[in-house]
Amino acid sequence: MTKTTMIKAITQALDQEMARDDKILVFGEDVGKNGGVFRATEGLQATHGEDRVFDTPLAESGIGGLACGLALQGFRPVPEIQFFGFVYETMDEIAGQISREQFRMGGTRKMPITIRSPFGGGVHTPELHSDSLEGLVAQCPGLRVVIPSDPYDAKGLLISSVRSDDPVVFLEHMKLYRSFKQDVPDEEYTVPLDKAAVKREGTDVSIIAYGAMVREALKAADQLAKDGINAEVVDLRTVAPLDEETILASAKKTGRVVLVQEAQRRAGINNQVAGLIAEKGILSLSAPIAQVAGPDTPYPFGEAEGAWIPNARDIVAQVKETVNF
Amino acid sequence: MAKLDFDKLNVSPEIKTYQVLDEEGKVVNPDLMPDLTDEQLVELYKQMLWSRILNDRSTKLNRQGRLGFFAPTSGEEASQMGSNFAMEKEDFLLPAYRDVPQLIQHGLPLEKAFLWSRGHVVGNEYPEDLNAMPPQIIIGAQYVQTAGVALGIKKNGKANVAYTYTGDGGTSQGDYYEGMNFAGAFKAPAVFIVQNNGYAISVPRKKQTAAKTLAQKAVAVGIPGVQVDGMDALAVYAVTKAARDWSAAGNGPVLIETLTYRYGPHTLSGDDPKRYRSKSEEDEWHKKDPVVRMRKFLESKKLWDGKQEAAWSDEVNKQIDAAMEKVEATPAQKISEFFENEYNDVPASVQAEADKFKAKEAK
Repeated sequence: MTKTTMIKAITQALDQEMARDDKILVFGEDVGKNGGVFRATEGLQATHGEDRVFDTPLAESGIGGLACGLALQGFRPVPEIQFFGFVYETMDEIAGQISREQFRMGGTRKMPITIRSPFGGGVHTPELHSDSLEGLVAQCPGLRVVIPSDPYDAKGLLISSVRSDDPVVFLEHMKLYRSFKQDVPDEEYTVPLDKAAVKREGTDVSIIAYGAMVREALKAADQLAKDGINAEVVDLRTVAPLDEETILASAKKTGRVVLVQEAQRRAGINNQVAGLIAEKGILSLSAPIAQVAGPDTPYPFGEAEGAWIPNARDIVAQVKETVNF
Repeated sequence: MAKLDFDKLNVSPEIKTYQVLDEEGKVVNPDLMPDLTDEQLVELYKQMLWSRILNDRSTKLNRQGRLGFFAPTSGEEASQMGSNFAMEKEDFLLPAYRDVPQLIQHGLPLEKAFLWSRGHVVGNEYPEDLNAMPPQIIIGAQYVQTAGVALGIKKNGKANVAYTYTGDGGTSQGDYYEGMNFAGAFKAPAVFIVQNNGYAISVPRKKQTAAKTLAQKAVAVGIPGVQVDGMDALAVYAVTKAARDWSAAGNGPVLIETLTYRYGPHTLSGDDPKRYRSKSEEDEWHKKDPVVRMRKFLESKKLWDGKQEAAWSDEVNKQIDAAMEKVEATPAQKISEFFENEYNDVPASVQAEADKFKAKEAK
């Protein structure tokens, strides 16, 4: 057990999985000698060789096509899209090809591909680096979209994703890479896919979040406890398909839900969760389903990030309104 | 400072069009004559005639409502069968939607090709030893995937190639460039084939690009590009065979442009070529007919006659009838079964949906 950042936990997961299975290939822009722009792949080329950890030409659709073709030759590709804001360039390969290939071929071929990519705001990147575009890929049948919120889950979920015979888009919030450490086992372990986690038990209200917003939700829950409100925090972890059981159980338990995401109100995952609760859990609610989300504008210019990205204060305010409804 | 003369800088590389047979089936370039036995020459012709008959029968079956989507192939037999004839079973084919004849010759059972046309998943359930993808619909996607398959072949240490097709319109896609550039950068064994049939549905070749040839697009990615008479099966075979062997030997990818023509419409889904091309142009291309040209060559060598032509045509028609019987006996698809192949590890919410459809189907 070592206190570790999320970025280190991710590197460790890749390193240990590559040592376990020589069919795993890591590739993308700057992932080789440079170890990735965030150093997620640091040291992997030195350890596992240039044949298995390599730089590609700068073209995201090419990277997606490479993953698809390599999977057809028996490999387990783990490509990196340098920033998920660049996903539009490879949308056909992800949404039109990889996600449907197994279905399309009647199960006679597999696509064991894990596409890793940093996303999310708060680290003052240039335009189109920070957008929360998970909603775009969450709508693709055949795909899983996984978003860890802390170092422990990051390592365990990444190992599960790489071992899965299904394609996974694995999104890593940039703000979480180095912002805090957590006890992470040195050995390999898995955290199950398709399972949300109750990160804090509560009875008065369910705050359902994912990615960096889980941290904000936990902060908000601490604040709310001082005011006598006992909030439960649910971390979706796999944002598509949803863990309906855990979401509905929490909604039924507390009777009040506040959905939190960094993505704009019209984007992201909140509306899927709201739809699920409205369809299957509405009779146990004693207040309307509430949301905290980014404003419905394009992602803002760097200096406005602080005002734009939802935070613990926004969550506290919304929870109080919902509890007092 | 010396003036830059952009007229002089705008140079196109010298691209030669390779030909072996003229329109009368006479050998005009013996140097390029491929090293094929009489038996192989006859086999190549039989595949071309098979493809022509398959085109005509598929058209009729479509009109009768017994087949679905069909992109006519008539006129492109030399380009399609000639190139495919140069490939090995262990080579990996990534076809576009017009390249169904190559797919069948590469090992896809005919009834599966028909089932694909009708929109039945069994048509895409491939035997494990069939080294191919189903026909690609998104123009260009097969090019980036070919780079991936080719890199995989290289990493697995096999002396094979990945080969793929697109049309003249496909060369305008970003994926077209990305695929060739990736394969070039990785020195991966890939043969990229552009079947330039003059039209992307209705848009003529000259409106696709300012490039003088499509073969020269290889220059920008640093790989060899060749152009070949796509109505001449022996030339297409000779060029593709040389390209394949060079690439499989570890030298990197090759681009081949075949100059061909599609006699029929783009697909049978409503396209009318009279809207965008003239009868006289069509007549000019019919004079170059690839099947007639190859037949004349074989007849001159006393390798083929009218009796063999009739017997083989009869045989092909019987194969098609037998395949259609299997197609029409294939059980209808069930939505509940689709869920089984969507994921290997089925998520609970997806399983719940599957169960709902299973219950509905049981009623």
